[in-house]
Amino acid sequence: MSITTDSLPVAPRLAPALSVGWLGWVRANLFSSWLNSLVTIALAYFIVKYAIGFVDWAFVNAIWSVPNDAAGRPDTSSCRDNKGLGACWAVINEKHRFMLFGTYPYEQHWRPAVVCVLFVGLFIISAMRRFWRWELALIWAAVLTVIAVLMWGGVLGMPYVPQERWGGLPITLILATFGLAFAFPLAILVALGRRSKLPAIKALCVLYVELIRGVPLISLLFMASVMFPLFLPEGMNIDKLLRAQIAIILFAGAYLAEVVRGGLQALSKGQYEAAEALGLSYWQKTGFIILPQALRLVIPPLVNTFIGFFKDTSLVLIIGIFDLLTAGKTAIIEPMWQGFAVEVYVTIGLIYFVFCFAMSQYSAKLESELNHGRRR
Amino acid sequence: MSDTAIDPRYGTKPPKRPLRLSWGDERVRGIVYQILVVGIVGSIAYWLFSNTMHNLEVRRIATGWGFLEREAGLPIAEFLIPYDPTDTYLRALQVGVLNTLKVAVIGIVLATILGTILGVLKLSKNWLVSRVVGAYIEIVRDLPLLLQLLFWYALLQGLPGPRQAIHPATGVFLSNRGLKLPFFEWEGPHSWALLLVVIGAIATFFYRRAARAKQMADGQPRAIWPAATVMMLVVPLGAWYGMGAPFTPDIPALRGFNFQGGLTVSPEFFALLLGLTLYTAGFIAEIVRAGILSVSQGQWEAAEALGLPRGRVMNLVVLPQALRVIIPPMTSQFLNITKNSSLAVAIGYQDIVSIANTTLNQTGQAIEGIAIIMVVYLTISLSISLFMNWYNSKIALVER
Amino acid sequence: MSAAETLHSSVQTNAPPAISLAGVNKWFGALHVLRDINLDIALGERVVVCGPSGSGKSTMIRCINRLEEHQQGKIIVDGIELSDDLKSLDAIRREVGMVFQSFNLFPHLTILENCTLAPIWVRKMPKKEAEALAMEYLERVRIPEQAAKYPGQLSGGQQQRVAIARALCMKPKIMLFDEPTSALDPEMIKEVLDTMVMLAETGMTMICVTHEMGFARQVADRVVFMDRGEIVETGEPTTLFENPQTERLQLFLSQILRGH
Repeated sequence: MSITTDSLPVAPRLAPALSVGWLGWVRANLFSSWLNSLVTIALAYFIVKYAIGFVDWAFVNAIWSVPNDAAGRPDTSSCRDNKGLGACWAVINEKHRFMLFGTYPYEQHWRPAVVCVLFVGLFIISAMRRFWRWELALIWAAVLTVIAVLMWGGVLGMPYVPQERWGGLPITLILATFGLAFAFPLAILVALGRRSKLPAIKALCVLYVELIRGVPLISLLFMASVMFPLFLPEGMNIDKLLRAQIAIILFAGAYLAEVVRGGLQALSKGQYEAAEALGLSYWQKTGFIILPQALRLVIPPLVNTFIGFFKDTSLVLIIGIFDLLTAGKTAIIEPMWQGFAVEVYVTIGLIYFVFCFAMSQYSAKLESELNHGRRR
Repeated sequence: MSDTAIDPRYGTKPPKRPLRLSWGDERVRGIVYQILVVGIVGSIAYWLFSNTMHNLEVRRIATGWGFLEREAGLPIAEFLIPYDPTDTYLRALQVGVLNTLKVAVIGIVLATILGTILGVLKLSKNWLVSRVVGAYIEIVRDLPLLLQLLFWYALLQGLPGPRQAIHPATGVFLSNRGLKLPFFEWEGPHSWALLLVVIGAIATFFYRRAARAKQMADGQPRAIWPAATVMMLVVPLGAWYGMGAPFTPDIPALRGFNFQGGLTVSPEFFALLLGLTLYTAGFIAEIVRAGILSVSQGQWEAAEALGLPRGRVMNLVVLPQALRVIIPPMTSQFLNITKNSSLAVAIGYQDIVSIANTTLNQTGQAIEGIAIIMVVYLTISLSISLFMNWYNSKIALVER
Repeated sequence: MSAAETLHSSVQTNAPPAISLAGVNKWFGALHVLRDINLDIALGERVVVCGPSGSGKSTMIRCINRLEEHQQGKIIVDGIELSDDLKSLDAIRREVGMVFQSFNLFPHLTILENCTLAPIWVRKMPKKEAEALAMEYLERVRIPEQAAKYPGQLSGGQQQRVAIARALCMKPKIMLFDEPTSALDPEMIKEVLDTMVMLAETGMTMICVTHEMGFARQVADRVVFMDRGEIVETGEPTTLFENPQTERLQLFLSQILRGH
């Protein structure tokens, strides 16, 4: 016997008012239980209290510029009296060119500025998917050459600027980007070598990776600054920046090699077999089939590793190379500006944060896109 | 199917293929490539080596380890083993290694605790909590560690001098000379009490195993905390009391320009520890969160559907699976703390890198100095890696 | 001939209902997913719930052991009303067993440990007794030799049978099945359905959400058809399948049978 309900469907009713819309969201996410409500209120109170305190310090009570005294040098007494109450952004006002470009000649500052813009452009282009082909390497080579020419000068009417006078943000970008550019091919070779069946090659690659990953970057930088001159024949001299760059390339290469190796492992065996069945040689197979797919698979971890290097370039402060962080630290050595380290570090932190946050958001977005595509 | 006859597939061996001396043979090519690569790398290494030997001679830099016996003349501010500048370089380096281990171990413990709490908080249903924690993690991960260390050190140095020190509680003073905490005179009974706590901890471990075995036998779960409290708290306290209960507080007091007495946490150590902990906790939080998320919702539901209360679901089903995902990246974070502690040289905390650096500057023996640094870190890294590999193979989920 | 005669009816008509849903409504956000559900299931009754995807059938049975919470209405299981009270919830979950579409075996425990976990920690059974009980049920689902293996080493059909044994080890009064064969390869569906038929023969109260109409014919005392959150038609399997009264059920049956 069959029991039926009315043939007209029951009309769907509105959900209880307190569980939909923004009211429902607030109830579920902020006030879902007594404990939660208490925590929300307490947290909101502290956030507002400290936010007000911070705004007071950073904006309301801050001093934005200081007058010059009789000798034409900045008179920071007003800043000092205000210490603890308000920020002294005057130090940024006075020193921002120095922090950004170091001791680069003042009138030529357009050149490192253009270099920074070129770097940002390079990153943006590399981030766009339609450029993910081998031709991207050519673009990198071209842009990096232009950057080198701009920094050194000596041609096209631009006066020559020796490397000792380079400093600030361009050095950070140069160390990070050239480091990545040269470390990447090295990493690919080492990752392939580690998966090789030839024992000697595999052993060499394993040795390289494990040695480099086991020691801190500082020891490699010390090695570069102190030991490299001993490694070279008399008379041959590489300047400090290049030595640090080589150390960073060796360091980055080992970590990137592990990331690439992860991609090679994740690629399904069927791809390798299909390529071999087609009769492709080892290098054809690797270049046309394996690497393009393996590299695409690991782009998020690659970006995360690059963020790490970008931050690690700050370590060159310890061996005396003038990067962004060193420039900041040096800016407050003068007695009149001593004690305003917090303002300087906050500003420099902001610059680093902008770069790293952009990259980390990109990597997160990419990861979710790739996951969606795979879950077909 | 007969199981007494041996499977005929297991009896015979494949024939050996002789090596054909031709380029077409894959194995010949392999050998040639390897000889080529090793040859090139070897010649580069030899060239570098001979250059180095020549340069060392020309610049009259000594080689060898004899300098370790010489007097160091190196002042070191903090040391765990007794040291003074008339000790040898070897002693100074040992102090450095201990300083590194001290900050690394404490940093690992604090970062793990903080990171785990943050990771669990980020999963909270409270939107405000999860966003605030998320913002903290993002900020800490997007700024260079060196910058953070310099920032904290600058803040600590900006604190008022000892005479105007911040005084939140009796005996606690925060000034630009560091943190002073009240302590007490350490005497014999205190060592005994500490020893009894350690023994109590080990005893609790075994007691827990015995209690679990009894539960398996008769089904009744037994509470561990009463026995644990007795073994780890009551017995040591009783022993200390029985031995006369000595307790002479050592409260820091302002004498002249600085404090005397009490426990000192130097600004360098404090800044380094603070920076390392806050930085690494951000990474550990993400690892813990990913580990908990890796256990599918279905596992929770199946365990709850069986009637297990939430605490047991966590302990018996979710945590064992989550830990498998958490522990490998967690160990690499532990390694990172140890390696990152080398940044101590930038803020004046004398760890192994700082002391070895001073040594090589004073003796001119750069190669030995850097070799010492690398060997120390390599030893730590490789031991942790070995342990990791062993642990991973032990707990791997068994699959087809 | 009524198909229900192939299986002895074990319905106890004079006892209070094992499960009673009265006026149950549930919303997911603004979506009204369960609309005025009224259903009584007697002890020993075997009910199959079917309907198109999105009809709310899984949501309904997940409300019974409170894996989902209903916002309006009353659900009474084994005489206890479902509410926020944790103690009554634990009591209910002890008497209601559930088998999931994705098996949800615990991969870090052996098959035997999967089955003995709840008896040891919830029913406070000694380990030896729990293991004997588990082996008994593993034999009933016909895979006792796999007891020492891990779930990752078993096929899908074997895993699902272990999941059934694991739920049975708690000796529940009611068993819920949420699309138990939907994630299985075709050749393994039969072994799981045979196990469920064997279970039905023992007189267990069962509610199954499934698309397997043959199983419904063979085992069900009653079939409930749901569409868009409400119960549209219920009745004995043969009458329902051969004589659908509503247009929606007719549409659904034509879509299901087209596949065959």
